[in-house]
Amino acid sequence: MDAEIIAMLGQDGVTNGAIYALLALALVLVFAVTRVIFIPQGEFLAWGALTMAALEGGQFPATVWLLVGCGVLTLAVDAFSATGRRNIGRSVLWNLAYPLALAGLLWGLPIAELPTAARVLIALAIVVPMGPMLYRVAFQPVAEAPVLVLLIISVAVHLAMVGLGLLIFGPEGSRTQPFSEAQFELGSLMIGGHTLVVLGASVVLIVALYLFFDRTLYGKALRATAINRNGARLMGISPALAGRLTFFLAAVIGVLSGLLVAPITTVYYDSGFLIGLKGFVAAIIGGLASYPLAAGGAILVGLLESFSSFWASAFKDVIVFTLIIPVLMWRSLTSHHVEEEE
Amino acid sequence: MKLKNLFVITAAALAAAPALADINIGVVASLTGPAAALGAETRKAVSLFPTSVGGEKVNFILLDDATDPTAAVKNVRKLISEDKVDAILGPNLISTAVAMADVANGEKVPMISVAPLDVSGDKRGFVFRSEPSADLMVQRVVADMVAAGVKTVGFIGFSDSWGEVLHKALTKAAEGKITIVATERYGRADPSVQAQILKLISAKPDAVFVGASGTPAAMPQITLRERGFKGRIYQSHGVTSKEFLRVGGKNVEGALIPVGPVLVAEQLPDSHPTKKNAVAFVQTLEAKYGPDSRSTFAGATWDAWLLLQNAIAGAQKGKAKAGTPEYRAALRDGLEKTSKLVGTNGVYSMAAGDHAGYDASAIVMIKVENNHWKLVK
Repeated sequence: MDAEIIAMLGQDGVTNGAIYALLALALVLVFAVTRVIFIPQGEFLAWGALTMAALEGGQFPATVWLLVGCGVLTLAVDAFSATGRRNIGRSVLWNLAYPLALAGLLWGLPIAELPTAARVLIALAIVVPMGPMLYRVAFQPVAEAPVLVLLIISVAVHLAMVGLGLLIFGPEGSRTQPFSEAQFELGSLMIGGHTLVVLGASVVLIVALYLFFDRTLYGKALRATAINRNGARLMGISPALAGRLTFFLAAVIGVLSGLLVAPITTVYYDSGFLIGLKGFVAAIIGGLASYPLAAGGAILVGLLESFSSFWASAFKDVIVFTLIIPVLMWRSLTSHHVEEEE
Repeated sequence: MKLKNLFVITAAALAAAPALADINIGVVASLTGPAAALGAETRKAVSLFPTSVGGEKVNFILLDDATDPTAAVKNVRKLISEDKVDAILGPNLISTAVAMADVANGEKVPMISVAPLDVSGDKRGFVFRSEPSADLMVQRVVADMVAAGVKTVGFIGFSDSWGEVLHKALTKAAEGKITIVATERYGRADPSVQAQILKLISAKPDAVFVGASGTPAAMPQITLRERGFKGRIYQSHGVTSKEFLRVGGKNVEGALIPVGPVLVAEQLPDSHPTKKNAVAFVQTLEAKYGPDSRSTFAGATWDAWLLLQNAIAGAQKGKAKAGTPEYRAALRDGLEKTSKLVGTNGVYSMAAGDHAGYDASAIVMIKVENNHWKLVK
């Protein structure tokens, strides 16, 4: 093993780590604000990637119909709840008019001839709104439930989404075109253009999230909710709005990481879970609370995966997931446990 | 009017119900679940099966096992107890086939597996198969490597049972001929195989054998080419689907694959024993399902039927009536006597000690060229 191989493995590990970092950030964010351990995070990755692949193949993405279905379901939930009926006009606009308008627009567009940037925007426009819809339908009615109940619902949503994924995308996987095919030479090391795109996009997204939480009113409201739900509520921050906004951000991060990962590997309808799980290991390293620790943990997971694939490829996943045991021991020994208020 | 309708419906229902002399064949395939892509191929072949053999009507009952051994067993029990089938065809996977074979053998119903199930021993007395084993396929690969002067080979395969089967087959076939210099594993859903490929390349093999299946088999080859590997790359026979070509694109060009001959029927030399049958089958299939809809999986299902048809024709000469245990025993004996039956995907000769009976000389090597399968001369 020479320096060149170490550099290549490092490059591979950091690239994957950057994607795990994005997922870990989304998991920490969702848990901090809504106390939901968001297992379906990976599904947004897979749906985003496969929607993009369908667009590249010149097909009409079937996820649009899923968006329409999700919208109708959300509208129905709104129509049957007292708080929902007060804002029924807005609900009709976002949950019925928007998906139908998007479907109509896509029907008219020459999908095969669109530039890459337009495809990225369309993939985001289709999959991201399902985040807040999901929160409205599955989590908002039980927002005050214990963490365990929320986790069980989260597992149920994950299973439903994987099943729907198989139905709309089929059992075969897809790859997409890399955003850049350029190759840069740094000494003896070849760096792919797409690697730089992944790293750049991750850094930009992390900085944007930082600015959002630090400089905007909505971001501060989310932070306040994360620190103290009841206190934030007394200050006039709607927990429902905070929840929807959080799921919106989580969906944005999920879809973007899907778009970044699809040119590197073949994405299947069920790929999201395993990638999401590695993000989860990173989030655990951050104690499901600290963003910088989670991001650092994700890079660690990526590097560990890369180097263990080199030395013992048959045990790669075992090694990555075993990492969680010493981390949990260290966390439970160093921090005192706070009982959750029920 | 209503009464007349009722009469027509009743008559239709009566006509559809199997009379005693009809031959009933059960087919179990994975139409849903992870192996749905294989089940779809079986369904295509089943739709081409004839409705009668030698004047006797044949009914086919197709059931879905949802890629689940428990459901497969349930299907077999239902086929045997309710539909009183005379023989069973399918399923697509070894896991479901193992579960089904025990039931079929216990109930003494002949079964022809489309999956490469192990069919030797007393417990498989009623079980046959039409799919060549991985050992035969990998032997063909090793023979090709030796002919090309390959001295060292690197292996990268799935970290599951399929990867293990292929690795064992390669170790056995390569013994004394070629050295395996590196063995690497990866998962179907892994985001990257960079590290494994780096290690493979640093071992400097003359050729690489990818022990995987379907679209995930494309990833090691893509990474090998990206990392500048210039040697020969062999894939297993588990990759022969259009989806593999779609996902792999230009990077899987030049991949060498051992397959049953049906995939390249038209390109076969006239001297190849299955050419005539394979071309006829492919033309019928593609007339119905469109160009490029062929697969070795559909071919193996069709050959399972040919084996059974041959046994039925033999049993018709005897006294036993369809639906009786004597008839099923006659079918079994007929299957065991199969001699040099030319199918679409190979030539079969069964014996008491050999219920697979696939003649390895029918296997051909193909190459991916311009995103199509091309026979290697």
